[in-house]
Amino acid sequence: MPVVFDRTKGLTDVETHYCPGCTHGIIHRLVGEVMEEMDLLGNAIGVAPVGCSVLAYKYFNCDMHEAAHGRAPAMATGVKRVHPDNTVFTYQGDGDLASIGTNEIVHAAHRGENITVIFVNNAIYGMTGGQMAPTTMIGQRTTTSPLGRDAKHTGEPIRVSEMLATINGSAFIERVSVHKPAHVRKAKKAIRAAFETQQQKQGFSLVEVLSTCPTNWGIPPVEALQWLADNMMPYYPLGNFRHPEKEVQS
Amino acid sequence: MEKILMKGNEAIPQAAIRGGCRFFFGYPITPQNEIPEYMSRELPKAGGTFLQAESEIGAINMVYGAGGAGARVMTSSSSPGIALKQEGISYIVGSEVPCVIVNMMRGGPGLGGIQPSQADYFQSTRGGGNGDYYMPVFAPANIQEAVDIMIEAFDIADYYRHPVMLLGDGMIGQMMEPVEFKEPPKRDLPPKDWATDGTGGTREPNIINSLRLDPADLEKLNIKLQKKYQEMRENETRYEMFHTEDAEFVFVSYGTSSRIVKNAVNQLREKGIKAGLIRPISVWPFPHRAFEELPASVRALMAVEMSHGQMIDDVKIGAAGRWPVGFHGRSGGMIPTEAEIVEACENMFAEVK
Repeated sequence: MPVVFDRTKGLTDVETHYCPGCTHGIIHRLVGEVMEEMDLLGNAIGVAPVGCSVLAYKYFNCDMHEAAHGRAPAMATGVKRVHPDNTVFTYQGDGDLASIGTNEIVHAAHRGENITVIFVNNAIYGMTGGQMAPTTMIGQRTTTSPLGRDAKHTGEPIRVSEMLATINGSAFIERVSVHKPAHVRKAKKAIRAAFETQQQKQGFSLVEVLSTCPTNWGIPPVEALQWLADNMMPYYPLGNFRHPEKEVQS
Repeated sequence: MEKILMKGNEAIPQAAIRGGCRFFFGYPITPQNEIPEYMSRELPKAGGTFLQAESEIGAINMVYGAGGAGARVMTSSSSPGIALKQEGISYIVGSEVPCVIVNMMRGGPGLGGIQPSQADYFQSTRGGGNGDYYMPVFAPANIQEAVDIMIEAFDIADYYRHPVMLLGDGMIGQMMEPVEFKEPPKRDLPPKDWATDGTGGTREPNIINSLRLDPADLEKLNIKLQKKYQEMRENETRYEMFHTEDAEFVFVSYGTSSRIVKNAVNQLREKGIKAGLIRPISVWPFPHRAFEELPASVRALMAVEMSHGQMIDDVKIGAAGRWPVGFHGRSGGMIPTEAEIVEACENMFAEVK
């Protein structure tokens, strides 16, 4: 019988621990497919974060590091400086990258560190049980904002892509989503472009992927996809913020 | 090779380069700034990479990455900066990544001061970060010793797949002494077949990781680490016995304070008190065995430190109740004087003899 669908070689043959309906699985697969298609698996070194994707080092089929919370970009810097011709990437969530790890991500971008960052933004801390993240939407209820996030008390959600796009070391910055098949295809293109940016030694590249957390948002997976489109996309507009071939407006 | 006059904070990084260090990640903090400055100038000439990190936390995590990727790598800092690095050091131990850390201690707590201190004995010898861990910590008393240890430190780190610390203070860093760079003793080092350099499609992925969610697995790692610590205790314990053969009163002191104690020992002997000194060179593993070598003539021990008493805990363990243990220490960057130490000994000796 002809094979019509198969596991990408970019992922190991193990079951992931992600909750049903979570879009981490899609994003993992896209990164795996891109690495397989670009023939990077023998050359890639990944860095996993702390958070829901803490076990990503088991899932990507290449050499991996597991970093301390928020420190993946610093760890990837160490790896990349030792192996400048290897493909080095981090895979980080919004608690990891946008809260405890802001120093490391900002300075990795600032140095133009030639690494690729896959930034998964689901507007909440998933692994620890649904606490408020810096990316949590105004009014969104979490276990540490039970009445809904109040901007007067905790500020407004951080727009990481826009912030990093102001930094000259950033060569490629794009925000994508995986809530619909057409968006999944666009997300894959962006991930590929980010890895190509690194291959061409053009500097820091990051793809922010809007993602769902049905478990901690407390809604079924299909509704979660719609919630992302209705609530996150207006505040976190999709698009490219920085491209090596585009003039940057300042 | 002839001796050359060098400042501690320049001789130490030179020794590191000779020891094979090719990557340095650090962040400025007094009193060790000459180390990163020297590395920024000299490491590229040796084909290496110096990178100033955004913070001490960034620096130690770059070390963690580079060490995991197979490089000979180091960082240096001083007390409050080491406090920030301790998260990373704990992960480095858990992931069994070799690296070298230099700590030029200054006075604390908090921002403290910038003058020499030994107030971070606990921080350095009791792990410091979270979890059940130790690392070899060497505390040289002069620049030659610092250089000898530094050249060898990378071999020790690679041999055990473990971080190694050189523990100095502002005095060791800032003073100048003649040094000679010598070849370290040869060690058979295992290949770094665990490092991440890309699978090349020819092997299973290598993973640098300290996470063990299964309690049985995590206990297994801890038991493996304990075996390393036992081997380190057996093979890396270093100390000097100074005039202890016929001693009646024995000081225990390390690093900068031990230099002053040596002068006090000589002066006490001129005054008729047979004094001696146990000088730990490795403060972890602590030379508890040195106490077994003391003669029957010993009446009392005294720990002398530039703190209010930290190493004294190890001295008491070594003494095991056999001798009274006195203490003399200064802190905050104050250096104990020879006269103070002589007086402290005379007072205690009058009570015990």
